[in-house]
Amino acid sequence: MRLEPINNPSFGRKLVPPALALSATIVIASLLAMIAGANPFSVLGLIIKGAFGSKFALLETLNRATPLIFTGLAVAVAFRAKFWNIGAEAQLYAGALITVLLGTGALVWPSGLILPVIALIAVFAGANLLLVPALLKTRFGVDEVVTTLLFNFIFLLFISMLLEGPLKDPMGMGWPKSARLIPEARLPRIVNGLRLHWGFALAIISALCVWVIQTRSTLGYEMRAVGLNKQAAGFAGIPVNLVLVKTALLSGGLAALGGFSEVAGLKGSLTLDLSPGFGYTGIIVAMLALLNPLGVVIAALFVAGIFVGADSMSRAADVPTYLADIMLAISLLLMVLAIMLTRFRVVRD
Amino acid sequence: MDTSVVEALNLEDITKRFGTLTANDAVNLSLSEGEVVALLGENGAGKTTLMNILFGQYTADSGTVRVFGKTLPPGNSRAALDAGVGMVHQHFTLADNLTVLENITLGVGSLLSTSAGRSAARDRIKALSQKYHLSVSPDARVGALTVGERQRVEILKALYRDVRILILDEPTAVLTPQETDDLFATLRLAIADGLSVIFISHKLHEVMAISDRVVVLRHGKITGGVRTADTDKHALATLMMGTEATPPKVPQSTPGPALLKLDRVTTPDVGNAPGLKSVSLSLHAGHIIGLAGVSGNGQAAIADVVGGLVKPAEGRIEIAGSDINRWTPREAVKRGIARIPEDRHKTGTIADFDLTENAILERYRSRGFSKAGWLNWRSSRAFAEAIIKKYDVRCPGPDTPIRILSGGNMQKLILGRVLEAAPQVILANQPVRGLDIGAVNYVHGQLLEARARGAAILLISEDLDEVMAMSDVIHVIADGKLSPGFGRGSMTPTELGLWMAGQGFENENAHAS
Amino acid sequence: MDIVEILFTASFWAAAIRIASPLIFATLGELICERAGVLNLGIEGIMVSGAFAGWMAVYSGTGLWVGVSVAMAVGMLFGLLHSTLTVPFGLSQHVVGLGVTLLATSSTYYAYRLVLPEVTSPPKIVAFQPYEIPLLSDIPLLGPALFSQTPLTYLAFVLVAVVGLVLYRTPLGLAVRAAGENPAAVAAQGLSVTAIRMGAVIIGSGLMAVGGAFLTMSAFDSFFFEMVNGRGWICIALVVFGSWRPGKAMLGAVLFAAFDALQIRVQQTSIGAQVPYQIFLMMPYILSILALVVMSRRAEVPAALMVPFNKGER
Repeated sequence: MRLEPINNPSFGRKLVPPALALSATIVIASLLAMIAGANPFSVLGLIIKGAFGSKFALLETLNRATPLIFTGLAVAVAFRAKFWNIGAEAQLYAGALITVLLGTGALVWPSGLILPVIALIAVFAGANLLLVPALLKTRFGVDEVVTTLLFNFIFLLFISMLLEGPLKDPMGMGWPKSARLIPEARLPRIVNGLRLHWGFALAIISALCVWVIQTRSTLGYEMRAVGLNKQAAGFAGIPVNLVLVKTALLSGGLAALGGFSEVAGLKGSLTLDLSPGFGYTGIIVAMLALLNPLGVVIAALFVAGIFVGADSMSRAADVPTYLADIMLAISLLLMVLAIMLTRFRVVRD
Repeated sequence: MDTSVVEALNLEDITKRFGTLTANDAVNLSLSEGEVVALLGENGAGKTTLMNILFGQYTADSGTVRVFGKTLPPGNSRAALDAGVGMVHQHFTLADNLTVLENITLGVGSLLSTSAGRSAARDRIKALSQKYHLSVSPDARVGALTVGERQRVEILKALYRDVRILILDEPTAVLTPQETDDLFATLRLAIADGLSVIFISHKLHEVMAISDRVVVLRHGKITGGVRTADTDKHALATLMMGTEATPPKVPQSTPGPALLKLDRVTTPDVGNAPGLKSVSLSLHAGHIIGLAGVSGNGQAAIADVVGGLVKPAEGRIEIAGSDINRWTPREAVKRGIARIPEDRHKTGTIADFDLTENAILERYRSRGFSKAGWLNWRSSRAFAEAIIKKYDVRCPGPDTPIRILSGGNMQKLILGRVLEAAPQVILANQPVRGLDIGAVNYVHGQLLEARARGAAILLISEDLDEVMAMSDVIHVIADGKLSPGFGRGSMTPTELGLWMAGQGFENENAHAS
Repeated sequence: MDIVEILFTASFWAAAIRIASPLIFATLGELICERAGVLNLGIEGIMVSGAFAGWMAVYSGTGLWVGVSVAMAVGMLFGLLHSTLTVPFGLSQHVVGLGVTLLATSSTYYAYRLVLPEVTSPPKIVAFQPYEIPLLSDIPLLGPALFSQTPLTYLAFVLVAVVGLVLYRTPLGLAVRAAGENPAAVAAQGLSVTAIRMGAVIIGSGLMAVGGAFLTMSAFDSFFFEMVNGRGWICIALVVFGSWRPGKAMLGAVLFAAFDALQIRVQQTSIGAQVPYQIFLMMPYILSILALVVMSRRAEVPAALMVPFNKGER
């Protein structure tokens, strides 16, 4: 077999493969739930109900989507330039770390001042964390996939060390947990009484900013050019390595903003289970969004919905929660296949 | 025709479509044992597709391939090889990390056999290379070989398998005229032993020299077939292109001031490609300097230096009389150098960018296209539209991804992109390679127009005919060294061929005029 | 005990060899994939699935070697998935690899929870026991270090030689190496690049799974979440460190394991106790990054690594 590019894909060509991928994911998930003893036909309904069926569920989904928008954006920005940042997890923790370092009493300023300052420094920290793999790639040609992956392990151990050492909350009854943020350093709720904080709004604004940067700015143009064809970009005079470093800074900063938002908006303190793999899930979010920053918002809501919905479904139908991760993995693999099939047709030689 | 002749190959009614394009349309072709058939045709005429079908890389939509009377199963290279069909591809199919012996024995015999049988293979390779004058060491790593040696390995690969029909796809493109003669000598030895050959080329004098019969392919169809003895070069050219090729008319001109000078420039080697060795060259206003040479002899290095991609390790670059220190592609563009790259697909354009995005690729940062880091898409699009109109780029519009354009139209966009800046110096690296005759004439016309308005042009080409037709002065590059300049008409192709083979450089003083 | 003393104890080297074993299996697996031109980032998840599958098979009553085969088969299945998507369809090896890791990990955890819904500490199996090779194990220092290991460890080292021989001394290995360097050369000789690459990924993934199974069936005797803990990523670094050669990769794995064994022992010394244990745990990852930086300059990367091949295209 051979793949032949389609120059002007029809509407159906663009629609059918992704729709099939999504349906196949649901079918497989239902079958897996059946193995666990659940009624396969009720699975989808239970997930949707659990994710969007009530005000509480919806807010839970939005809250869960917030960090995923940030990590999804971080990955989307990097992957667009073919910079494989798999380290959003560590960068998210870097942002969270800065938040508790500065927000637990080191700075005592009014909200309007302390929050932007912390956010900026968090971005700076996350950006710099990714600077090391970026420079290793541009200077020494070290593959960033492996370095960013290994950085995740190193940085989490570092956080663990701090939480059991200098950052440990004396009131924490021995748990490895930081002190709580001062009230001024907490992100307020968007609407009083509704459990949704300004981090969500910040995520949407970030997505819009990234979209504008990618479509309107010279940097965005450079990042896309480098991602699509490094050789041609370099020939035309685009400083490829510099663009990769800038991309890395932007990507790391976005992930760190997610850490800031989680701590300042939701948790109020730093623990080792702040992120159940938001950095890795961000890869799925970005891929499902086809690396489009606005698509990231929708994909994050979809992924968060699956997590929240599967949680509730697993309680109702007694199915292990890992079904959610399986669904995401399958949807990721099938979706990349489907997207390819919207642009190429499979022909015999 | 003599009925005692054995038919080696018969292609019958081969049709192959790619989407809406019919690459081969009911093609019939036969070949007798010991016969050499030249397959002539322009780029895109369907020669390579036809050979890929014969060799089992593609499956034809209809038609059959018979080798010595036996029908080959479609789409099976293995069966083609086993039946005695061998192919030397235009782009060598060798693995650089393996030795000559390993490349030759790759895939011969069962993959699951436990021994590699090296010593027997080595003896056989040595015997073959002696018999056919293909000297190459079996244990050398292919990555360390010269282009000529690599081609010998390719031919040995075929001979090692007792090939009975050999397809040679543009085999002389990378050879000096002398190496070409050696290749032909080797082929004649094998033909005398009964080898049948299909020789794909568009160099007419070579076709005349080696073939018994010529078959012409145009737009996927066989449009003619003649015995070589009954024809001549002019008739063949007319058959191939529909009209006789008219060499560009180049009016006399007197050189203006030197706009760009390389002064004893040396650059490091890159892999197998030699760097420049103390090269001095000046490009004068209103002049075309042609750079002739066999592929891979430093053309890329000189293009990279002039284009701003490589800084000289030693030596100076001088533009309009002043020395250059910072030297990057962006700087080169800013200094008025128009760069037409060798590979339009890989370096000239970004396939998934649309025409607008490709049009501003070199100058998106300049005023008019962006301001303070923000792009002005409206003026960018207008620029693309202007190029499309002025340079007759056939396309649905400026928002189309450039990958769907033909090579000629892609090249026109690149021409527009660089010529609209009214450049002082034009670096034209293989500007017409792979284009059909209409596009070739267009590109040459544009270069001559730029020459007329006083631009200095460096034309790099592996096609000696093109260099001789277009250039006011010709330099030959061989192994990174540059010959003295030869005025228009002062050298014959044979004399230039000697330089291309590196022979003039030893007694350079005698030749320098 | 100071560091020099530690280096001269048999138990230290025995531990190093033991720690190296799963890395050797998985590194060889990755090396085979990459030699054929395919980066397999599914390695981490495939190791998890192998660890579970082998252990689960033995737990449900099969013999140990059957367990190893089951692990291998599961790994090969994920290899089939990976290679189908990356070879004929030519999808991004980065994305597919991460997707396979996620799928293998989550489906393993799902299966674990299905089989053992309630348990808090997983049941144990009777794992491979050390086998003292007669005579050789009596050599002082070397004997207890090298020749009193479990059969799986011996297998790991035998495999290094086998993979080396196959790669460099057989027609099949030649085809694999050529596929990773210039697939067009393979196609021009009438071989199927697709078949060779897919085969390499499937076999390689099988070995990765055996590496995972070593953890549950030889190093420990039950299955824990997070037990692979980045070993797969380290193996990818080891392949680079070993310049894509089995022997050098093995040396890298042993060297790496020796550092790991050393840090465990230093942790227990009086000075080591002063240092937060996380510092020691970071060492393997930091070491891997350093190895990559040092080796990246001279490594001979297979030229067609991560380059999909579309027949007839140039």
